[in-house]
Amino acid sequence: MKAALARWRDSDVWHSFRRSPTAIVAAVIAALCLFCSLFAPWVAPHNPFDLATLNLEASRLPPAWMDGGHPSHLLGTDDQGRDILSALFYGARISLLVGLASVLLSLVVGVALGLLAGFVGGAVDAFIMRVCDVMLSFPSILVALLIDGVGRAIFPDAHDTLAFGVLIFAIALTGWVQYARTVRGSTLVERQREYVQAARVIGVAPLRIMARHVLPNVMGPVLVLATIQVAAAILTEATLSFLGVGVPPTSPSLGTLIRTGNDTLFSGDWWITIFPGLMLVLIALSVNLLGDWLRDALNPKLQ
Amino acid sequence: MVAFIVRRLVQAVIVMLTVAFLAFMLFQYVGDPVAQMLGQDATQEQREALQRDLGLDQPFPVQFARFVGNAVQGEFGLSLRQGRQVSTLIAERFPATLELSLAAAVIALVVGVPLGVYAALRRGRFGAQAVMTLSLLGVSLPTFLIGILLILVFSVQLQWLPSFGRGETVALFGSTSWTTGLLTLDGWAHLVLPAVTLSVFQLALILRLVRAEMLEVLRTDYIKFARARGLSDRAIHFRHALKNTLVPVITITGLQLGSLIAFAIITETVFQWPGMGFLFIQAVQFADIPVMAAYLCLIALVFVVVNLVVDLLYFVVDPRLRVEKPGGP
Repeated sequence: MKAALARWRDSDVWHSFRRSPTAIVAAVIAALCLFCSLFAPWVAPHNPFDLATLNLEASRLPPAWMDGGHPSHLLGTDDQGRDILSALFYGARISLLVGLASVLLSLVVGVALGLLAGFVGGAVDAFIMRVCDVMLSFPSILVALLIDGVGRAIFPDAHDTLAFGVLIFAIALTGWVQYARTVRGSTLVERQREYVQAARVIGVAPLRIMARHVLPNVMGPVLVLATIQVAAAILTEATLSFLGVGVPPTSPSLGTLIRTGNDTLFSGDWWITIFPGLMLVLIALSVNLLGDWLRDALNPKLQ
Repeated sequence: MVAFIVRRLVQAVIVMLTVAFLAFMLFQYVGDPVAQMLGQDATQEQREALQRDLGLDQPFPVQFARFVGNAVQGEFGLSLRQGRQVSTLIAERFPATLELSLAAAVIALVVGVPLGVYAALRRGRFGAQAVMTLSLLGVSLPTFLIGILLILVFSVQLQWLPSFGRGETVALFGSTSWTTGLLTLDGWAHLVLPAVTLSVFQLALILRLVRAEMLEVLRTDYIKFARARGLSDRAIHFRHALKNTLVPVITITGLQLGSLIAFAIITETVFQWPGMGFLFIQAVQFADIPVMAAYLCLIALVFVVVNLVVDLLYFVVDPRLRVEKPGGP
């Protein structure tokens, strides 16, 4: 463990991280968001879903620094008296959960299919790549909407967990193409290398070569892609929830919060919408900046 | 060139058939049309009669062929939620989406290309830096958030522009379904915010693309020669450089035209714009399969046609591609 830490501190990636102010700021913001959402029940000042503590008289309070604000509700309250700051943390937790789960799923599917296409080649390769082409010619939000719609049609009275499953599945199915294409490209290169040929000669099974020898060598670009895809997945989830076809309303994500805030926008309660929106943009932007930095740091050509 | 076009056409037909097959599977296996049309207490004979009428007792390929035949004629049956012809519903909504998407595309091009050229020519100066930073924001902000922000500023705070609907519309060509908001002042006022919202992402994308391509081209030898010959900056930048940046710009813009229609779903929901996207979202919420299937086929058609047109435009823009290379393209 200690040796691993020392090796990490000595690595190029750590070095370039320390020299990039953008990356440090982005990492701090992302870590803060991650911390607040992971430990929402302990960090948040109120529990927005505890009906007993909700007070309708304290509804639609403006942020604390404005006239009529209350110090115990730093960012104000929504139309049901829920504390915005606490709802933000709980909402971000759901957004991150859906985002990370769908990225993980699409990564596994995409990497497996990309490895297969690159390593086996022939008709398998051609088929997988044609499917990718068709998927890529449609915007991901449309594909996610369609899968979500079909999921709703198949399970008309889906309860909460199933709705989450459908949503994660829908977002994951739009993301795997990127991984598959990236991994296939690197696999085609790695397949020709001596170490793969050596492994073949001594009779290692193809599946084992793929998993143990090729896979570790194609994971670099995948890591970069996964970082950026987390931001994309969170935004897709927010969009779907905003459109009313995302997470169930009982467990609101950032997109759901923006949606409910949008309904009261005309009464001038801007804080109900703007703060979740700000949180969403902060998460997406910081993750994207981290991804950009990681891409440059892992690219030996740029050093 | 003819071979290329034929091959692209075959590809387009294959994609359309795949999409049609997906839509057909939706009809076939999601939900039971017989139960939906007859209700709970129909007799077995009634069911079988309706199955025969609908052709559900036919073999699978026959049913699929029939579905494609109907789809080509725009026939997708009745909307489960509204009980009206899907084709009528879409025909009513299509003009609104078309108007919105075209307006957004025009804004994105008219603003994006000049700003991109500006950012490339004035690289490193303050103005260009500001443009680039703003464009980064434009790419990162989700569409629905932009819409909400615009509504908050221009409709709620300043109360300059309306925030929902199309406003006053006028029927065109003597039909009841084709309406336009472009002939009334009210219609134009309603169009501003949605069109700007929809255009922001594309605008930022086009801007960044034009800048990158322009910088690339300005480094090439022929530009240096043009300078050496003493041509004016204006002639170099706009006659020689800009022309050569246009090939990738056309591709991306063309491909983005399709995604404009897709992103219109979000914009239409924010502004309650009565277009196809709004219809589609309601269909997804209520699992209205016929509407979803029809929208899927229509969007696929738009994408395939746009891709095809973009491919053909290459030949117009880039003379090098018109030369037939020996041994295939």
